[in-house]
Amino acid sequence: MSVLLNRRTVVTGLILFAVLFPFVTRNDYVIHIMTLSFIWMIGVYGLNLLAGYTGYLSLAHAGFFAVGAYSLGLLTVEAGVNFWLALILACLFTGILGFLIGMIALRTREHFFAIYTLCVGYIIYLVIYKWDGLTGGVRGLIGIPAPSNIGPISFTSSISQYFLVLFFLLLTIFFIYRIVHSLTGRTFMAIRNSEDLALTLGISTMKNKLVSFVLSTIFAGLAGALYAGFVRFIGPDIGYITITFDLLIYLLIGGIGTMSGPIVGTLLIVWLSQYLQFLQDYRMLVFGPLLAFLIIFYPWGIVGIFQQWKQKRQARKARSIHQEENRKDEVELDAGVSADQEQVREG
Amino acid sequence: MLELKGVSVRYGNFTAIQKIDINVKEGELVVLLGSNGAGKSTTFRAISGLNSVHDGKICFQGETISNLSPDRIVRAGIVQCAEGRKLFPAMTVYENLMMGAFVHRKRKSRMKEALEMVYELFPILQEKGHDAAGSLSGGQQQMLAIGRALMAQPRLLMLDEPSIGLAPLIVEQMFEVIQQIKQSGTTILLAEQNASAALKIADRGYVFENGSVAVQGTADELFADEKVRRAYIGA
Repeated sequence: MSVLLNRRTVVTGLILFAVLFPFVTRNDYVIHIMTLSFIWMIGVYGLNLLAGYTGYLSLAHAGFFAVGAYSLGLLTVEAGVNFWLALILACLFTGILGFLIGMIALRTREHFFAIYTLCVGYIIYLVIYKWDGLTGGVRGLIGIPAPSNIGPISFTSSISQYFLVLFFLLLTIFFIYRIVHSLTGRTFMAIRNSEDLALTLGISTMKNKLVSFVLSTIFAGLAGALYAGFVRFIGPDIGYITITFDLLIYLLIGGIGTMSGPIVGTLLIVWLSQYLQFLQDYRMLVFGPLLAFLIIFYPWGIVGIFQQWKQKRQARKARSIHQEENRKDEVELDAGVSADQEQVREG
Repeated sequence: MLELKGVSVRYGNFTAIQKIDINVKEGELVVLLGSNGAGKSTTFRAISGLNSVHDGKICFQGETISNLSPDRIVRAGIVQCAEGRKLFPAMTVYENLMMGAFVHRKRKSRMKEALEMVYELFPILQEKGHDAAGSLSGGQQQMLAIGRALMAQPRLLMLDEPSIGLAPLIVEQMFEVIQQIKQSGTTILLAEQNASAALKIADRGYVFENGSVAVQGTADELFADEKVRRAYIGA
């Protein structure tokens, strides 16, 4: 059991599953939905870096997603730029916009930050919606080319698109993993923990928050650009607030501030809403209570539940090893472990 | 070394400290005494740049620091160990210490040197290096908080109520350690409510009352002062 749950085995297994998935299903529609959820995951990872690890809940991420998508769309359709160059430029442009907005937004904290970014997101949406001359307004942007060939590899089939997006998702996860487990990541968490405390350790919080914000928006932009290249048609709706809340729900249900939360939450909600299509808008009657339940009882989402279970199991294991070693201390220790469990439950 | 000249700090309309004059010389251990809300913590926050100074001037080693950002002040050599054993509970003891060395993150040798010094002072932190900081006992957490502050190798260490909420025996150990830190050449500014214990190891002290300095003098003078004895030592 413990070998099976080894981190390396799980990660290898998941990657293997993702790679084999399209060959197993052979269903274009299923592959399409899976590709879309991978795109959302990239955006959710970006949001997680800022909201989960740095403690700044941004509600502007659909806006940045749309900026990435429209940058790629306009560069390829209107300016005729090569897809790959446009992809890089789209990320760059989103990052620059994120930098400028972050400079102002990060002067606010907590609720004020959330409200401020909510407004920023809405303004981005309005600009896209109203600026008919540039973005095409409500008509949207049609005819975005598929990713151009790299040597002999073309990206026209759904399977090849699937692997392209999977590649970027793995890249994103690898990058986020490295950040979170570096000093920079611990600096972000220090800021989340207490900004005053971080300051007294000599951390320039503004600089680090800005780094987190910009990286976060770049991932949102990357997700948007991939979306544009995948769906090949974009409208102002992709920048609307509902998309922000979708991303947030994926993150909250999966587990905010955890490494695997974005995968779990996105897969669960995307597939659940597929299966609940027959309920139409009444689907929300399922998601609403589920979300409320999780936030009240398990603020760290499904991954949080799993982590708690693992902690308890370890505590139990520690107890049984101890029992074998020293049966006399049994009673005393039992009290200790149950106190630990109590703490876990409270935490 | 550190000089506060007529420093005032306001929270909105409320004046937390008014025209404070404090002077700390190199190598000294200076204690700020006073009850809750007398202005000790606000003074600390003003020195470390967390609160903006409304009036007056703070100088450190001849340079004005009252308008610098907190991280610049830490780099100048003033490190505060905040009240209430504020740690990063989910990080390990070792990670907490490494966060303390943030300002030296590019000088590995200095970090190692600081770590060895902290381990020598608090062997328990080496022993518990891989434990989560939140799992330590109260006294150990306080040691970690002080150890983390020392990781920045401060010239001036500010300790805000290190004895608060600790068992008497641990408090005694804590004051011994503070004395050791002083002997190793670090200048210390200490805020305490436990006046008798603090005055035993201090060189000089300031007594705060309602946001201003009421009495000041050497530790012996304060210990002998009738008013101070009655209010803070209880004899």
